[in-house]
Amino acid sequence: MSADIVKPNRHRKVTVGKVVQYVILLLMFLLLVGPFVWELSLSFKGKGDNVYAVPPYLFPKTPTIDNYLSVFRQVPVFHYMLNTLIVCVISIAGNVIFSTMAGYALGRLKWRGRGFVFALFMGTMVIPIEGVMISQFLIIRQLNLQNTLLAVALPGLCGAINILLMTNAFKSIPMELEEAAMVDGANLWQRFFHICVPQVKGTMTVVGIFAFVGAWNDFLWPLIAISDESKYTLTLGMNRLKGMFIQDPRLIAAGALVSLIPIIVFFCCFQRYFFRGLEQGGLKG
Amino acid sequence: MSTTAYAADRPEARKASGRPELTNATHEKPHRSFGTIIAPYLFVLPAFVIVFVFVVLAALNTFRLAFTDARLLVPGKFVGFDNFIKLFHDEYFLTALLNSTLYVICVVPFMVILPLILANLVKGNSKIMGFFRTAFYMPVVMSAVVVGMIWTNLLDSAGLVNSLLKAMKIISKPIPFLTDRWGVLFSSMFVTIWLGLGYYMVIYLTALANIDESLYEAAALDGAGPVRQFISVTMPGVRSTMMLIMMLSTIAAFRVFNEIYVLTNGSAGPGGMDMTMSMLIKREGTGIQARTGYASAISIVVLVIVGTLLIVQQIIQKRGED
Repeated sequence: MSADIVKPNRHRKVTVGKVVQYVILLLMFLLLVGPFVWELSLSFKGKGDNVYAVPPYLFPKTPTIDNYLSVFRQVPVFHYMLNTLIVCVISIAGNVIFSTMAGYALGRLKWRGRGFVFALFMGTMVIPIEGVMISQFLIIRQLNLQNTLLAVALPGLCGAINILLMTNAFKSIPMELEEAAMVDGANLWQRFFHICVPQVKGTMTVVGIFAFVGAWNDFLWPLIAISDESKYTLTLGMNRLKGMFIQDPRLIAAGALVSLIPIIVFFCCFQRYFFRGLEQGGLKG
Repeated sequence: MSTTAYAADRPEARKASGRPELTNATHEKPHRSFGTIIAPYLFVLPAFVIVFVFVVLAALNTFRLAFTDARLLVPGKFVGFDNFIKLFHDEYFLTALLNSTLYVICVVPFMVILPLILANLVKGNSKIMGFFRTAFYMPVVMSAVVVGMIWTNLLDSAGLVNSLLKAMKIISKPIPFLTDRWGVLFSSMFVTIWLGLGYYMVIYLTALANIDESLYEAAALDGAGPVRQFISVTMPGVRSTMMLIMMLSTIAAFRVFNEIYVLTNGSAGPGGMDMTMSMLIKREGTGIQARTGYASAISIVVLVIVGTLLIVQQIIQKRGED
C-alpha cells in the first residue's frame, strides 16, 4: 500500500531531476565548448565585421580565411609544430621504452636494491618541477645542450608515474605464463620481449599517449630551456604570436585554433586510452 | 613439407636431448646466474640515470645553491641563510606567497565539489552521457597557453564576456578582467578551474563506479531525493577520492604558472602584483643575470610547502582510515 504511494511520487521526482540534470549539463557544455565556437567564429570574421559589437553576433558577415593566411605568413607555425613533434617523438620513445624496462625489473624480477630503487622513483613523484628546474637548466648547460630540442625532452624522458604504471601492469601478469616459458628454455630477454611485453601493450599505449600530450602542451620548461626562436616549440610560438597580435583578436583566434586542431584530432582517435589511463592513474594515487 | 617435419621433430628432439641438456644447464649455471643477477640492473639503468640526474641530483644541487649567492656565470660562495632572510624582505616574494595561497583557497573548493557534481550528472552508459563526458574532458588535453589565448580574447575589455554583460544591461562599464590586479588573479583562477574540471571529473567517475548501486536503491526506498542521496550516499562513498583530489588540486594551484603567465603576457600583471611562486622562480632563475642561488632558495620554500601539504594529507588520510 505504501509502495503505491511512494512509486508515483518517486516517478515524478525523477522527471524533475532529469530536467534539472539536462539543464545543468547544457549550461556546462556551453561554458566548456562555447569558447571554442566563439573563437572559430572570430577567426573567420573579416575586416567588415565588428568583433567588439554589443550585443555580439556569432556568424561572420564578411567571412574570410585571411586571418589564417596571416598567421601562417607571420609565424612559422609548421616549423614550430615540427619542433614540437620532434620533442614528442623523443619523449614518447624514452617514456615507453625506459619505463617498460624499469617496470619489468621492478614488477617481475627479484634483485638486491629493488625496494630502494622503487622507493626512490616514487619519492621523486612529489617533487614539483619548480623545485628543480633551475638546477635542471644548469645541468643542461653543463651538458652543452641548451637551445636544443633534446634538452626540452630530456628531464621528462622517464616519468616516475609511468614507471609506477608499468610496474603495476607487469605485476598483474600471472606468474604461470612466464614459468611455462622458462620450462621451455626461454631466457630472460625472450620472456621479457615475447611473453610479458605483449601483455602490457595497453598500458604502454597509455604511457605513450600521456607522454605525447605532456610534451605537446609543456610550456614552462621549454620557456627556460629554449631562447633561440628557430628552436621554439608550438606553445612558445603561440605565446609569441599572442604578444605580437594582442590588438587583433581575429589573429589570436586563428592561431589558437590552428594549434588546437592536431591535439583534438589526436584526442578523438585515442579517446578510450585517455579515460583508461586516468582510471589507472587515479586508482593508484 | 618441411614445416611438418620440423613440427614432428621437435618433441622427439627435446626428449632425446633431455639428458645432455641437463648437464648443459649445470655447466652453464654460473654463467647464466651471472646474467640473471646483472639483467635487472641493466633493465632499470636508463630510467635510473634520468631520474637520478634530473630529479635527485637536481634537487640536491638546488638545496646546495640555496645557501650560496651563485649567479648563472658565477659559482658563488656559501652565505648561510642570507637568501631566506632576504626573501622575507622581498616584496615580490611576499606577494607571490600571498597570491599562491589565495589561489589554493579559492580554487580548491571548486575543484573538489564541481567535478563531483558533474561526474554524478554524466555517469551511466548512455550515448548522450558519453558525449558529454568527452566534451567536458576535451579542455584537459589542451595546452594552457592556447586556452589562455582564447580567454584573453574572451575577457578583453571589449571581449565577448564584457559585450554579453553589457548587452544584458548587467554592467555599463567593462569589467577590467585583464588589467586590474584582482581581476587578473580571479580570471586566472577561473581559467584554472575551467581547465581542470574534466580531469577531476574522470577521477571521480572511477570512484563513483565503485559505489554499490544497492545503497542508492535503499536510500531511494527510504524516500531520499537526489540531493539527499548525493549527501548521504555519494559523498561518503568518494571520501578518499575527495582527499586525493583536494591534495592534487592544492599542489597544482600553489604551483600555478601557465595561466597567469599567458593572461599577463609574462608580466605578472600590473606592477608585478599577480606574481606567483613559480613565476618568481622563473623570473629570478633565468636569463644572463639570473640569481640562481636566490631562485633556488625560493624553490626550497616551494618544496617545503608542497612536502608539508603531502605529509598533512597522509596524516589526515591515516586518521580517516582508523
